[in-house]
Amino acid sequence: MSAAPELPERSVLIEMYRKLSLLKQNDEQARAVIRSGRLQMIYYSPRGQECIPAAVSVNLTPQDYICTIYRGTHDLLAKGVPLEALWAEMAGKVTGTCKGKGGPMHITHPESGAMLTTGIVGSSMPIANGLALASQIRGDGKVTVAYFGDAASNIGAFHEALNMAAVWKLPVVFVCQNNRYGEHTRFEKATAARRVSDRAASYQIPGVTVDGNDPVAVYGVAKEAIARARAGEGPTLIEAMTFRFYGHVLGDADAYMDKAEKAAAIAADPVPRYRTWLIEQGHATESELASIDNTYAKQISEAIEAALAAPFPDVAELRRDVFAIELPEVVA
Amino acid sequence: MSTEKSRKNISALQSLNLALDRALASDPGVIILGEDVADPEDGGVMGVTKGLSTRHGDSRVRSTPISEQAIIGACIGASMVGMRPVAEIMLMNFTTVAMDMIVNHAAKLRFMSGGQTHVPITIRATTGAGFSTGGQHADYLEAWFAHTAGLKVVTYSNPADAHGLLLSCIFDDDPCIFIENLTTYFAPGVAPTPGERIPLGVAKVVREGRDATVISYGPQVNAALSAAKTLAETGIDIEVIDLRTIAPFDRESVLASVAKTRRAVVVHEAVKPFGVGAEISSVIHEELFSRLKAPVQRVGAPFCAVPYSKPLETAFVPSAARIEAAVRKTLGGA
Repeated sequence: MSAAPELPERSVLIEMYRKLSLLKQNDEQARAVIRSGRLQMIYYSPRGQECIPAAVSVNLTPQDYICTIYRGTHDLLAKGVPLEALWAEMAGKVTGTCKGKGGPMHITHPESGAMLTTGIVGSSMPIANGLALASQIRGDGKVTVAYFGDAASNIGAFHEALNMAAVWKLPVVFVCQNNRYGEHTRFEKATAARRVSDRAASYQIPGVTVDGNDPVAVYGVAKEAIARARAGEGPTLIEAMTFRFYGHVLGDADAYMDKAEKAAAIAADPVPRYRTWLIEQGHATESELASIDNTYAKQISEAIEAALAAPFPDVAELRRDVFAIELPEVVA
Repeated sequence: MSTEKSRKNISALQSLNLALDRALASDPGVIILGEDVADPEDGGVMGVTKGLSTRHGDSRVRSTPISEQAIIGACIGASMVGMRPVAEIMLMNFTTVAMDMIVNHAAKLRFMSGGQTHVPITIRATTGAGFSTGGQHADYLEAWFAHTAGLKVVTYSNPADAHGLLLSCIFDDDPCIFIENLTTYFAPGVAPTPGERIPLGVAKVVREGRDATVISYGPQVNAALSAAKTLAETGIDIEVIDLRTIAPFDRESVLASVAKTRRAVVVHEAVKPFGVGAEISSVIHEELFSRLKAPVQRVGAPFCAVPYSKPLETAFVPSAARIEAAVRKTLGGA
């Protein structure tokens, strides 16, 4: 718990805002285009959770790896996955990151270090270990971040992965985005530990709970954990406390959520709060931040329009990428 | 130089060890992860990896926690950035606790990423009834994996093939399930040419014949050869095909043989219902229905768990006698 509130350099503060502006607006436009009926896709909104990947990513190099989960567009964009390819993938188009064959739950972009998006709760962690193991054996100095939700800490894969990473001192950082709900079930009802970070004690690794809605706090904790991993000192479990504004999957009626709790969380929206703070503290001007917002608003809508206009993949793609060599028609 | 007889001096276990040693020596990206695989832990529960951590280092040949999901996950992640990991899953039944990693991830990442990532891992797992290990240590589960798009499933019927096929799996760019047989690890056979690979997806006609084709894999190939000898005594001449790669299987070789003999029997140790035999039989019927002189027969284990009691276990595993009977049935016999 050595999260000394170190204030990052101004350039980092601004870079975190850039990411927040991109992630928040991307989600807003995603929900808008789905609701308009112009794009049908299954969508797990990360709105409310943006500060976590924004603050983690500014501590990563483009060569570092992340593994994330189905609620992961914020993690992917923060790591640098380009908007055009991301949107085309969400639209199922051949110009997408995965030629339209993965979809929103499986976006992959190794050029940006985004190695895996999984639709299976808990599965980002064992695979993140493997990326980190390769780095350890090769001595390439890369760090891998595994993102997951609070409910994933109740699945076996979490415990197997943390134990192995601890035993082998792998250069991996486990970042739990605790949004208080696993699917429709409240954290307390499904989790025996008071805090996810308490579980780190079982594996004799540092476990830190941090305000996941405070970019500066997350930045400090992530910086230390990533430096520790890069130095060969092993993994850290970070639990970043946050809240998801739009339920489990977009369209769920969220009757299971406490209305007052949700209203309070939305009222304390961390992105505008950070924006105001930057201006009040003199780190940025209103016009500077407005310019960032406007740039991304335009880029996102252009990416959406390009995705909607792009062609679908050819049906022959069904026979490709099953194996290294295309399947013969007689088998497919 | 050496006669066939003098070259019969290696077991499958030694042949597999030699293949792993070669792979580790030839490519720094090859690593082995599994329970007890390093020498301080005896080089694997059966000793397949004995000596390898001493020769290649305990960073590359690592004993792991008993955590099958973490083992396969680590192999997947490392393979996505260019390594060629080999996982030893002690027994095939233990793959069941890593099915998410195998089925949802290893098999599908190439497709779901549009070819941006791929998973060149080899999962070695041993199995087979015969040692009275009961219902959770001896199942043949190849049909599950063969039914999953993106996985290759490979096994061998003799020590030399074990060597050549394992090397091909390790250096293949797709995830391979490599099935070893527990009860024949120590049976001697012809030694391989060290380092020589046997191509995946290509079956071998191990006995030529004209009256019927027996298609099999693993130790059942040897049961089929034994049945062939008995049948030959009564003038029945069968062809025996060793698939070597179960999935994707060599359709051309199977269909060419059955087009010639016009009768076929598929044999495996796994339970018969919904097994690999059902798929191969269906393909033969689809492609050669008008050429067939009799319906394709299947020989497999009865639909129950692998039993413990010795007489039950013996009755469970297909035998040369059952193969012989199935062949006679295709020839119009009882």
